[in-house]
Amino acid sequence: MGEPLIYLDHNATTPLHPAVWDAMQPFLSDVFGNPSSLHSEGLQARDAVEEARERVAWLVGASAEEIVFTSSGTEADNLAILGSVLARQHLGRHIVTSQIEHPAVLGACRALEVQGFRVTRLPVGSEGMIDPDELGHVLTNGTILLTLMHANNEVGTIQPIRVCAALAHARGALVHTDAVQSLGKVPTLVDDLGIDLLSLSGHKIHGPKGVGALYVRRGIALDPIVTGGPQERGLRGGTEHVAAIVGLGVAAELAGARMADDMPQVAALRDRLEQGILATIPDVLVNGAAAARLPTTTNVSFKGVDGQSLVVGLDLRGVAASTGSACSSGSLEPSHVLIAMGLPDEWLRGAVRFSLGSGNTSAEVDAVLHMLPPMVARLRQHTSGSVRSATLAS
Amino acid sequence: MAITGSGYSPIVIDHFQNPRNVGELSDANAQASVTNPVCGDVLQLMLKIADGRIAEVRFKTFGCEAAIAASSLLTEMIQGKTVPDVQDITPEMITAALGGLPKVKLHASALVEEALKEALEHYGASHG
Repeated sequence: MGEPLIYLDHNATTPLHPAVWDAMQPFLSDVFGNPSSLHSEGLQARDAVEEARERVAWLVGASAEEIVFTSSGTEADNLAILGSVLARQHLGRHIVTSQIEHPAVLGACRALEVQGFRVTRLPVGSEGMIDPDELGHVLTNGTILLTLMHANNEVGTIQPIRVCAALAHARGALVHTDAVQSLGKVPTLVDDLGIDLLSLSGHKIHGPKGVGALYVRRGIALDPIVTGGPQERGLRGGTEHVAAIVGLGVAAELAGARMADDMPQVAALRDRLEQGILATIPDVLVNGAAAARLPTTTNVSFKGVDGQSLVVGLDLRGVAASTGSACSSGSLEPSHVLIAMGLPDEWLRGAVRFSLGSGNTSAEVDAVLHMLPPMVARLRQHTSGSVRSATLAS
Repeated sequence: MAITGSGYSPIVIDHFQNPRNVGELSDANAQASVTNPVCGDVLQLMLKIADGRIAEVRFKTFGCEAAIAASSLLTEMIQGKTVPDVQDITPEMITAALGGLPKVKLHASALVEEALKEALEHYGASHG
């Protein structure tokens, strides 16, 4: 206790950048106007929202009018998927996605399946990558949407979006990507990716929670999923969370400006952690190691260890890490991503995700490397011999 | 001060960090190996019962922090006690002795209780 927190869970959320906090403050106090009002109080808020829209658009290489603010990455995913499918259901009833998507995407697809749409969930190989050839085989002229995540939240693997988007477009389908994890870490320019819809979130890039955005390529019609007022061009009714939107704008600008400098350093720290673990602890596997990955993320399986007990053990020493995704770490189910990658049972439960950020230091990484080997050895001690073989047999 | 321990009581944290009676007994005369079908936790409990008392007890657990702590605590609860003393231990008693568990972790106490019951049945069957 009293030790400073070593935060290695940036894929769950990130600390607010001080400049973001500063920019948000006026909109939580003096500047309280409603952006829809015609008086000067309202116009001040309106201007701030539109400035943020410019900043977010810049980060993804879009025009401001192509950005729709939402309450979260999850809402952006839902608007992209439900909104585009409902607007285009006269063209077909087939949706293609992958088995390793974020629950926001899987949940929206499931909701459409219940309504009678057909959903194909592409499998992934052992490195967590989909096979574009397989996508080519499942696309039909009735496919109206391909929704494929850019980078995976649990293992960090980066999908070949551009190739997949071209295949889907050739069949007349729209293409959505969830870029919540990749934004600010690797380039996410919409024209380079070749996509029509892109989801992003504020709190993964040192912005506030409670705000996200959807890029909607010019000319694409969506049905709103939150109806009401004319806000966000009628695509998302409800008075804007001005302070959060302002925060997202500043966070986007910072992320874009710093990515080229910060990310190689974060990658070097991630590699130091990963190599250190592999060198000092036996029976360890890096999931998705051979694939293109985010510079921030490593997902490590410690054979014969319960990942949750390791995460709690680290927490007691002041280190924040995660089993799989933050969303499912309260559940008893093993990761759907690692299952889709075909990870054998004896490795599945021992998976721990470390996700780094620009605030981490090599001293922090070394401290974690120092405490991990005895911790893993102790947890393995509980389970050597017959208990472990019973587990493997079950 | 940083809040650590994921909401566990100090007793749970202590037993998780410093588990008592980990291992196996070569001369055990009562034992059980139970699996929680929901979360896959596995607990192996070994007892040496002499003159109606639990003389020695060891465990091995493959499971979450709560399962490890509950296993360790149970070994302390039963060590040196007579069989009639321990045969009515309930999951609720184990949870209470741990200073409480989060709702999603109550299965840890249930698993431990099941292992104890099964070990005592195993002993009863062979020693009538």
